[in-house]
Amino acid sequence: MIYRMSAALLSLAGLLISAYLYLYKLGKIGDLACGTGGCEAVQWSPWSRIAGIEVSFVGVLGYAGLLALSLAALQPGLVGRHWPASLLAILAGIGVAFTAYLTYLELFVIHAVCQWCVASGVVILAIFFVALLDLRRLPRTRTS
Amino acid sequence: MAATQAGMKRFYTLFAIIAVAGLGVLGYLLTRPATVSIPANVTVQASDTSGFKGYVKGLATAPVEITEYADYQCPFCQTFATLQMPTIEERLVNTGRLRWRYRDFPLQQHPFARVAAHSAACADEQGKYWDQHRRIYEGQAEWAASGNAAPILRRYAGAAGVDISRYDACMRAGKYAGRIQADLNSGVALGVTSTPTLLANGRLYKGRFDSDAITKLVDSLAKHPTK
Repeated sequence: MIYRMSAALLSLAGLLISAYLYLYKLGKIGDLACGTGGCEAVQWSPWSRIAGIEVSFVGVLGYAGLLALSLAALQPGLVGRHWPASLLAILAGIGVAFTAYLTYLELFVIHAVCQWCVASGVVILAIFFVALLDLRRLPRTRTS
Repeated sequence: MAATQAGMKRFYTLFAIIAVAGLGVLGYLLTRPATVSIPANVTVQASDTSGFKGYVKGLATAPVEITEYADYQCPFCQTFATLQMPTIEERLVNTGRLRWRYRDFPLQQHPFARVAAHSAACADEQGKYWDQHRRIYEGQAEWAASGNAAPILRRYAGAAGVDISRYDACMRAGKYAGRIQADLNSGVALGVTSTPTLLANGRLYKGRFDSDAITKLVDSLAKHPTK
């Protein structure tokens, strides 16, 4: 239970970070609080959009999905079930791979680091980690 | 069971605290007063212009100079900029026959004309004036119809490759409000009353606003410079 609670809280944090970056990109909140000084360079780079969609908006959708899933997984009927943890691990794994690609772009292509992207990276990695721990906790059941 | 229920209660309490705090911060950021406001009718200081006499395109040696006084929110200026200027540039400016000078003349009835002019001025600081100028005119229908043009103009600046933190600082400071006012004052002194107004080698042009008419004018002035 503690792992799914942790996943829900982490997803909420990720959702808030993504929403902050997306609202910035829409020009709704003025400046971005950025200690590293590289946030604007990253947020306005050509790689901040994929197929015309803002990466931060992808983050909003992704974290909203993870949040919904982890909250659903806490409901009494699903607490002992294996599949919510598996799905959480798969989705978070996709998120980790996507974040790894974005981090590569930041470090080796854009040459700037956005602290909010780093924070989001830590969050998605942590969700993936707790989802794996949740999987280990649950005995796999077989149906025949 | 009781321990589980207590744990869930603690979890939902913590979840609610984080959600409310996060949404509160985002709500505050969304509703705080807009920071971009370009004042009108400012007193022009000498330092506002420091020799600035418009945005220039074309060779200094070109035999003819046309000065355009225009307003970014004026529909006719938009049509001229997007439909006629590309041909004028290709035919006359790029061939060294004409030098084009653009000066701001934000009309009072256009609430976003001044912020648009200022946006272009802030882009100019980073060598992106003409790129932003083009984007502002091309997007006129979008920002002129919006309730707040500043975020849209900012998006254009971002797309033009402008460093947004420097752009934001420039816009917030209203750094070029005096320069825009100086442009407007200079137009008034020359008899400009509407936009776009063209001055060919310093004289008010009363002809048609199309690339063929401008080409004839330039040819004529090049042959008879004092005409």
